[in-house]
Amino acid sequence: MEIVITGILISVACALLGTFLILRKMAMMSDAISHAILPGLVAGYFFAKGPDLFAGFLGALVAALVTVTLVEALKNTQRVGGESAIGIVFPAMFALGTFLVARFFENVHLDTDAVLFGNIEFVAFDRLFIGDVDFGPQSYYVAGALCLINLLFITVFYKELKLATFDAGLAATLGFSPFFIHYALMALVSVTSVGAFTSVGAVLVVALMIVPAAAAYLLTDKLPMMIGLAAGIGALSAVLGYGLALAIDSSVAGAIVSVAGAFFFAAMLFSPSHGLIAKARRIERQRVQIGLEALLVHLLNHEGEEGEAHESEMLHLSSELRWLPQFAQQIVGVAANRGLVMQVNGHLILTDNGRRQGQQLMVY
Amino acid sequence: MAHGSRLKAFPPKKNMTTSSSFPLAVHDLTVVYRDKPAIQDVDVNIPAGKLTAIIGPNGAGKSTFLKAVLDLLPRVAGTVEVFGKPYRQQRQLVGYVPQRASVDWDFPTTALDVVTMGTYGKLGWVKRPGKAEHDLARQCLEQVGMADFASRQISQLSGGQQQRVFLARALAQDAEVYFMDEPFVGVDALTERAIITLLQDLRQRGKTVVCVHHDLDSAPEYFDWVMLLNVRLIAAGPFDSTFTADNLRKTYGGAMKAAIDHFAHFEQSKG
Amino acid sequence: MNLLTDLIFDYTLRNIALGAAVLGIVSGVLGSFAVLRRQGLLGDTLAHAALPGICVAYLLTGSKSPLVLFLGAAISGWVATLVLLRIVRETRIKEDSALGVVLSVFFGVGIMLLTFILKHNDANQAGLDKFLFGQAATVTAEDVNTMTILGVFALLVVAVLYKEFKIITFDPNFAASLGFNDRWLGVVLTSLIVVAVVIGLRTVGVVLMSAMLVGPAVAARQWTNRLEAMVLLAGFFGALSGVAGALISVSEANLPTGPMVILSLTVIVIISLLFAPQRGILWDIKRFSKA
Repeated sequence: MEIVITGILISVACALLGTFLILRKMAMMSDAISHAILPGLVAGYFFAKGPDLFAGFLGALVAALVTVTLVEALKNTQRVGGESAIGIVFPAMFALGTFLVARFFENVHLDTDAVLFGNIEFVAFDRLFIGDVDFGPQSYYVAGALCLINLLFITVFYKELKLATFDAGLAATLGFSPFFIHYALMALVSVTSVGAFTSVGAVLVVALMIVPAAAAYLLTDKLPMMIGLAAGIGALSAVLGYGLALAIDSSVAGAIVSVAGAFFFAAMLFSPSHGLIAKARRIERQRVQIGLEALLVHLLNHEGEEGEAHESEMLHLSSELRWLPQFAQQIVGVAANRGLVMQVNGHLILTDNGRRQGQQLMVY
Repeated sequence: MAHGSRLKAFPPKKNMTTSSSFPLAVHDLTVVYRDKPAIQDVDVNIPAGKLTAIIGPNGAGKSTFLKAVLDLLPRVAGTVEVFGKPYRQQRQLVGYVPQRASVDWDFPTTALDVVTMGTYGKLGWVKRPGKAEHDLARQCLEQVGMADFASRQISQLSGGQQQRVFLARALAQDAEVYFMDEPFVGVDALTERAIITLLQDLRQRGKTVVCVHHDLDSAPEYFDWVMLLNVRLIAAGPFDSTFTADNLRKTYGGAMKAAIDHFAHFEQSKG
Repeated sequence: MNLLTDLIFDYTLRNIALGAAVLGIVSGVLGSFAVLRRQGLLGDTLAHAALPGICVAYLLTGSKSPLVLFLGAAISGWVATLVLLRIVRETRIKEDSALGVVLSVFFGVGIMLLTFILKHNDANQAGLDKFLFGQAATVTAEDVNTMTILGVFALLVVAVLYKEFKIITFDPNFAASLGFNDRWLGVVLTSLIVVAVVIGLRTVGVVLMSAMLVGPAVAARQWTNRLEAMVLLAGFFGALSGVAGALISVSEANLPTGPMVILSLTVIVIISLLFAPQRGILWDIKRFSKA
């Protein structure tokens, strides 16, 4: 139960930021940050002479901001594309971190595996005691604080975030520094990554930021709705993922991500507005509509002409309009169903209704 | 400059006919972008040996039309024929000049190498360009006045020079019909002259050129034929009889004032 | 000098250095195209996406032979490529987000399978994760052979289709208008990147793989304005950092090879960005201060 609550809190904290990462096309930046904090964590522990939570936190935050700044600086040299800049900087940071661990922490157990996957399974063991009273797992407070900070940030700066996301130029001219918004958002991504990855690991942090928000993006066009849906999908993934992990006895983090992935692919297929199925239907409808219009106009054009009988034969239609026979048949079928044409002795005749619609089209 | 004959570096195309039909015949073309039609029901035959301008407001689907013709975008409906046969069978008769901004000019290569890419279509798969192809590319660079820049890295060229490299690449395709997407955008006066001389030269050699063009001022001077496009085809025909105030009003709708001014200007200059 | 004789005669060191060198050449060459196609993060996604394939291959065959696991990794990397293309082409999700989604979902599924294997197949599971985090020290001669065969195959394909890869990289629309199917060629190119990634997993691991593709290409680009030279130079820089990383890691106890390879590479990248003739940033500063 404590695992589920921690999972939900972290999912929501991540999803709140993820929405803006998706819209600002910075999803991979969160991946970079979550990996690059390793050297900062190590340096923090080094100076604190032990795995001190606060020192690690501070070091990681510094490392994250260094990463963001380095990526920006590399991009600004104009010698390296944005994505390549990310692709160089974070492995270099991660390599540096691994090197530092190997060099200075031969005896300290800082397992890079644990950093990558986290151990949400063990949240119940790190508890907050004040005196002798058990105030529940520490992770509640960390994750809860993250949730609050992120929620506060996007509520207070909602207008600025929205503007800087959709039109950075306009935001700048109105005096809202996109620079400030960018670094503030990056700082929160860093804090959230650091806070979350000790319990869920670097990769799961990335997944929880990006995947639910991407699914939400496929389901709605409204920003507040997208934020809400992303948080909801994240929380639901945490609950169902925990169930899945119990059922097959596997990593909780992995299972939560898998469930979130399932949500994403379901949205990709079935979203009523942006799903693949809806899209295919829409294209088919348009094809039929275009065919119908062409048929009506064609029949109308030849109505009353000498060759009318010939023009309205099915075979002739498909060659004149350059249609495949099946398509011609489909269109004629639809037209007959809608009472736009009638078949008489193998010829097509416009009904009154069909003639009226055809004439409307001819106005163009 | 009589360079027409020098361009016969390749044998005549096999299995491709250029006779007795339109260089481009588009039938009922419809293209949809997201939910909205970008091009709807366009029916047009482009005559041979003419310079044709595609004119219309922003978002009218001018570039989309070219891309759909070239099979670069999926068509919802319609057919495209080049000299009476489906485009796919006639690719080698078609030359293409994309918008200059569509590529990364920091790509590590030279002007000559970009022009040589025009010969890749005829080379086909796997075969590498050799001396013949490089010679042809050099001739094409010469035709656009860029011979001295052959080994220049392409990012070091000016916008106009880059555009001329693109034109030279199309020349290296040795095509019958050329499709050009806004070749006059962002070029210097010298390049504009060079391009128009080149277009006239192509016309003289019986080639057909179709250009997306946005400048109403220069259009009457440069082109013989016009396609007025605003999602639907508003009108198509010889310039003088088609480029009328009435047609422009239909094409530009709300943005009419500017278009009418241009038209008045055009009428004056004709008178 | 001692190190040099070790490089030739020491079995372990030779394997580590050879593996890293093969990886460096292949990823340098293919990374050049990836970087120019602005797909610098594709390698990162494909590397993460290999994990479920490795797990499924092991679950199905029970074998840990490098070929089986490589094949599993390649197949799931390839599936990820197709999923990625589909998301980008058919939905409103942008490439950047799509990379993130595919990366994290595939990796999440992989972690789930890996922990499942760890808990259910008690024996014999050890070693699957070395395909993830690259334990170069445990690279065997058999691994090196498999990597070399895969690498030579990928380089041959690049040699044969060089002209086609060049034109779809520079101007995909124009390439398509000439009749070169840019989608198909894009899939071939990405599949070769999958091969490079599979080679890299064993040596440098998932997290560091993206730098192996991007770093040599970015460094090489600074020294030349010709694609041919860039591709060759990137292969050379890749191999150089591979061998250098291997040597550094054995010269001092307890230094992991993968990170040392990446740190060597980072040094090469920094030197190139600063000092390369013409494009070096230092020359800019010099020009600027003179003016």
